[in-house]
Amino acid sequence: MASRPRTHIVVFLAPAVIVYTAVMIWPLFNTLLLALYTTDEAGRHFAGLKNFRTLLGDPNWSRPFWNALGNNIWFFVVHMLVQNPLGVLLAAILSHPRLRFAALYRSAIFIPTVLSFVIVGFAWKLILSPIWGIAPSMLDMVGLKSLFAPWLGKEEYALTTLALISVWQFVGIPMMLIYAALLSIPEEILEAGEIDGLTGWQAFWKIKLPLILPSIGIISILTFVGNFNAFDLIYSAQGALAGPNFSTDLLGTFLYRTFFGFQLQLGDPHMGSAIATAMFVIILIGVCLYLFAIQTRMRRYQF
Amino acid sequence: MNRARHNPLNSAASHAVLILYTIIALFPVFVILVNSFKTRRAIFSEPLTLPTGDAFSLIGYQTVMKQGDFFLYFQNSVIVTVASLFFILLFGAMAAFALSEYRFRGNMLMGLYLALGIMIPIRIGTVAILQMMVASGLVNTLTALILVYTAQGLPLAVFILSEFMRQVSDDLKNAGRIDGMSEYSIFFKLVLPLVRPSMATVAVFNMIPIWNDLWFPLILASGEKTKTLTLGSQVFIGQFVTDWNAVLSALSLAILPVLVLYTIFSRQLIRGITSGAVK
Repeated sequence: MASRPRTHIVVFLAPAVIVYTAVMIWPLFNTLLLALYTTDEAGRHFAGLKNFRTLLGDPNWSRPFWNALGNNIWFFVVHMLVQNPLGVLLAAILSHPRLRFAALYRSAIFIPTVLSFVIVGFAWKLILSPIWGIAPSMLDMVGLKSLFAPWLGKEEYALTTLALISVWQFVGIPMMLIYAALLSIPEEILEAGEIDGLTGWQAFWKIKLPLILPSIGIISILTFVGNFNAFDLIYSAQGALAGPNFSTDLLGTFLYRTFFGFQLQLGDPHMGSAIATAMFVIILIGVCLYLFAIQTRMRRYQF
Repeated sequence: MNRARHNPLNSAASHAVLILYTIIALFPVFVILVNSFKTRRAIFSEPLTLPTGDAFSLIGYQTVMKQGDFFLYFQNSVIVTVASLFFILLFGAMAAFALSEYRFRGNMLMGLYLALGIMIPIRIGTVAILQMMVASGLVNTLTALILVYTAQGLPLAVFILSEFMRQVSDDLKNAGRIDGMSEYSIFFKLVLPLVRPSMATVAVFNMIPIWNDLWFPLILASGEKTKTLTLGSQVFIGQFVTDWNAVLSALSLAILPVLVLYTIFSRQLIRGITSGAVK
C-alpha cells in the first residue's frame, strides 16, 4: 500500500483544510493579533496590552464591559436553572415507554427551536407589549393582572425576561438530548433496580439521573458556549443598544457596537478585537473546565 | 413487572404537563399566525379568536408584498443555505474519508485541528473576517456568507462523518481496489452512498442555524440585493413597528418556510439529534 502514490490524501483533505483555515482559524488568530495593535495619526502600530488596559481600566470601557459580562453570567445562570431542569423533566416524562402521542409532543415542543431569533424576539415583544395587551388580559383570566408589568421595558426585569424567552426557544435541545440518553439506558439496569424496590421517581433520581450526567454535561457546555456569544435575540428584541439603559447588554451586543459602530460612534476594530479576545478566553476557560474536570469525573458512570 | 412502573394517575399527570408545555411552546406562533389575517381593529379587540367574518383581512400581506422584497430575500436564503450545505457535505465528507481511511503522519493532529472549531464559535473572529472580506471585495456578496457558513459547519461535519465512515467495511473497499478502482471512485461510488443517512443528519443540523443566522448577514451582506430572509424580516419589521398588520404578516411569512422545512425534515432532525447523543 505504501508504494501507491498518496496525492489523493492531499486532494481529499485540501478543500476542507483550506476553507477552514482561511475563513475560521486565520481570522480567529488575526483577531487575537489585532487586539494588540492600535490605530492613531501615525497609522497602525503595535500597542501591546494597551487595549486590554483600556478595556479593564478606563471606566468608559470597563463599566460596559463588566455590565455585559455580569449580564451574560446571569443569562447563563437562568438557562442552567430553568432550561436544563425543564428539559430533563420533559424528557423524563416523554421517555415513559407507554406514553401515547410522544412523537407528537416531541415535535411540537421542538418547534420554537427551529424559529429564528428575529421571529422569536418580535413575537414575544408583541405579546408582552402593553399596547397590544395579550399578556395582561391573559393574566387577568387567572386573576393575576396586578402582576403585569412591561417586562421588556423595565431595567430590573428585561434581562431575565429575555433569558426566559431564550429558554422557551431552546428547551427542545436539552429535552431531545436527555430523551435520547434516557432511551439508551439498558432495560436490565432498570429491572435490577425494580427488584431492589426502586420505582418511579426514586428510580429516576437513583439510577437514571447518574447515568444521564454526561449528557447534562454536554448540554451545559453547549449552553455556555451558546450564551457567551449570544447576540441575535437581544438585537432583535431590544436593538443594538440593548435597552433599557444597557440592562440587557451581552458580550455579543457589546462587541457588535464596538467593532461595527452604531449611530454616531465609529467602529473600532482594535477594541472590538480586544472584546472578542476576552470572549475567546472566557469560552476557552469554560470548555477546558468541562473537558478536564467534569468529563473525567463523569466517565465513571459510563458503561 | 411493568405495572409497578406505570399507573393511570401518573399517565394523566404526564399528559397534563406535556399538554401545558405544548400550549406554551405553540401559543406565540399561533397568536402571530392567527392575527396576521385580521383587521387592525380585530387584532386589538379580540386577539385570541380565529379570523372569521368581519375580522378577516389580508391588508397586512398586501402591504408586505408591496414594500418588502420578500421573494428576493427568500431566494438569497435558499442560495446561501443550499450552497453552504453542499460544500460542507462535499468537503467534510472528503476530509472525513481521508482521516478515517488512510494512515499518514499527522493524521491525529489534523483531526484535532479540524475539531477545534466544534467548540470555538466562528463569531469570535468576525473582526478579521470582515476586514478580509472588505480586502477581497466580497462584502455584500452571497459568496462571503457561503464561505463563512462552510467554514463554520466543517468541523462538526468532519467529526460526525468520520465516525460513520470508520464503520464502512474494509472488505468492500479492498474489493474495489482489487477491481482497479481509483481511490476517488472508491470514495464517490462505494463510500458516499453508504454514509448517505449520516450526511442527511449533518445537513439537517446545519440547515437551521444557517437559515436563521442574523449576525453574519448583518455584518457581511446587509445590502438590499444580498439580504437573507432573516435579516430582511428584521429590517422590514423594524421599519413598520407601528403597522401591526404588516408586522404580523411579515412575521408569518418568515415563520412559514421554517415550519414547512421542519415538517419535511423533523423526523430526520430528531433522529439525528437522538442518535448523535447516544454516541
